[in-house]
Amino acid sequence: MSDVILKLENISKQYRLGLIGSGTLSHDLNRWWYKVRGKEDPYLKIGESNNTATKGISNYVWAIKDISFEVKRGEVLGIIGKNGAGKSTLLKILSRVTSPTTGEIKTKGRIASLLEVGTGFHPEMTGRENIYLNGAILGMSKKEIKQKEEEIIEFSGCQRYIDTPVKRYSSGMRVRLAFAVAAHLEPDILVIDEVLAVGDAEFQKKAIGKMQDISKGEGRTVLFVSHNMAAVKSLCTRAIVLEEGKVVFEGNEDQAVIKYLNTQEKTSLIFENIETDSQTPHIRKVEVLPSNTIGFQEVGKNIEIEIELFNSDRIESPAVSYQIINNDNQPIVHELILNSEQKFCQTPGIYVLKSTIKNIKLYQGVYKLNVFFADNFSKTRFNGLFEICSFEIINTNKRDYYWKTGSAIYKENDTCWNIKKINT
Amino acid sequence: MKDEQWLYTISSKKKLIDLNFKEIWRYRDLVLLFVKRDIVTVYKQTILGPLWYFIQPLFTSLIFTLIFNNLASIPTGDGVPPFLFNLAGITCWNYFKTCLIDTSDTFKKNQGVFGKVYFPRVVMPLSVVISNLLKFGIQILVFICFYIYFKGFTSNAYNTTLQLEIVLLPVVIILMALLGLGFGMIISSMTTKYRDLTFLLTFAVQLLMYGSAVMYPLSYFKEKLPNISWLVEYNPMSVIIETFRFITLGVGEFSLPMLVYVSSVSVLVFFIGLIIFNKTEKSFIDTV
Repeated sequence: MSDVILKLENISKQYRLGLIGSGTLSHDLNRWWYKVRGKEDPYLKIGESNNTATKGISNYVWAIKDISFEVKRGEVLGIIGKNGAGKSTLLKILSRVTSPTTGEIKTKGRIASLLEVGTGFHPEMTGRENIYLNGAILGMSKKEIKQKEEEIIEFSGCQRYIDTPVKRYSSGMRVRLAFAVAAHLEPDILVIDEVLAVGDAEFQKKAIGKMQDISKGEGRTVLFVSHNMAAVKSLCTRAIVLEEGKVVFEGNEDQAVIKYLNTQEKTSLIFENIETDSQTPHIRKVEVLPSNTIGFQEVGKNIEIEIELFNSDRIESPAVSYQIINNDNQPIVHELILNSEQKFCQTPGIYVLKSTIKNIKLYQGVYKLNVFFADNFSKTRFNGLFEICSFEIINTNKRDYYWKTGSAIYKENDTCWNIKKINT
Repeated sequence: MKDEQWLYTISSKKKLIDLNFKEIWRYRDLVLLFVKRDIVTVYKQTILGPLWYFIQPLFTSLIFTLIFNNLASIPTGDGVPPFLFNLAGITCWNYFKTCLIDTSDTFKKNQGVFGKVYFPRVVMPLSVVISNLLKFGIQILVFICFYIYFKGFTSNAYNTTLQLEIVLLPVVIILMALLGLGFGMIISSMTTKYRDLTFLLTFAVQLLMYGSAVMYPLSYFKEKLPNISWLVEYNPMSVIIETFRFITLGVGEFSLPMLVYVSSVSVLVFFIGLIIFNKTEKSFIDTV
């Protein structure tokens, strides 16, 4: 038990809704004037309509409520949850940016937080100067930074630009430099929020590798918040799932990810772009037509995807493509149609394109679509829709086996086994 | 379980003065880096660069001399060159003003950083005061140059020498810093809620300058407007400026009781500022 490095006890954070508490002087004077005349606060009313999930007429919401958990030394704890589940609030409290309304956090080590990379970067200063500034903001001493300076520069891959003002950097370089500084922090407890979602693929790989080194090799305690389930699975040793400000699951990271995915909204097969009355070409509607009428798609059956286009003029070389993405937002399937193959959008009007994938071989799970509409001639993208039309693929194959979501991404239906006995 | 040693605890309990000097000391490198940032970046991509530190007080003194001394014939007393007289006032006033203005938007300006990383927030205003001290140092150099010039190379050389009280110069500077920092912290804490104060501040600072004996001697004000002279007399800044002029130029009023009075006011303002600042830093990110 003595190995517990961080302990949260009934941490809660309350926020007031509406404009209360954040008004201007005139608001406060007005409020005071109402009070003098014995009337109720005129601004309190604003909060009420703003209530979403919480009880009754209360003007307060609990962003997080009674959160208690312990983190052991050397543990990598994943924190997952939907948007608004309270992850960021929790991290803010942990990193002492804001204080909790009730409860206590006890720690045996210094906490450094990485809620954002490149905090405090000054565009006018050179990369090297910014390494020092950023490092100091994150809690390193000048001596520590000096020792690691070369290592940081090398990791960032910005050697050539290191004495150039950061404002001349590309955004990718800036992020790489910032992450390099952060990765060389050596606090007892590191709190990280979503920083992996930056940089190109190569750098992400490098970053994940570095994170693994930090957590595994160097035995650092890490609290890691992410939407990237693959990263959570590969980095964390334990995870908690937050839902509406409460811990709903604590334990094994694989189970936590499953628990989290189950709380996600299920399926919404039709996406309609109703609001747009724009006259530029756009996607009006996307619909997934699954094999099963209840709304599920079975593995190995045909699935149809209907894309409705609005076109106001002749498009030289229209192209439509879609991706099927999995829950980690990784594209699994890519399909496209070009005008050169089948003519469409040559005159104004509404076009419906129906794409049929025969005997779909995707593994069971929830998938979504990214749909794009572009002109291949002028290289303009009219419309790009992301993460729409989530649909679920289920496996109705009755075999004596438990098909586990996430075990694979591809399900082959047309295989044969050949079995021979070779010894006598 | 009970006897476990915890390094620190995060909770909602707020102490009145929760200033952890050990922690600030640990972040001393950050203070210095912020100072460096302020100094290095302000005049990047300007042609004259740090020369602006000289130009601004020089031209202000020149204009003041033209308007207040030549046009409005305000005497400077004891044959002190008006230009030098104004330069002394402006150098002091500028330090106080920049300390006040630059610290007054601490929370608003650093919202982005404060919302993401924890460090003792007081590091920010502290670094501002120190970097302004460097700028003040440069302006003092300018002042010394003109002092030597007027003393040695002009025909109507005036013959006052530095007063023995020059040893009080550091005290005067510290008092200005405390006043500027204290008021700045109070204002920065209040602007997180009331943005109106930002507008009020620029206006108020300008008015305050006229009440701080920057371009006229206190004695002259007393002589001309005896009814409201207490306004200027008990203004801590005018006492500081008068003291500064006394110890450098030998003109102006200087009394130890007044200096003690200003010291207590400055220390009081500083501590009130610190308390309010500390109260604000805990939760400002929710209200800003």
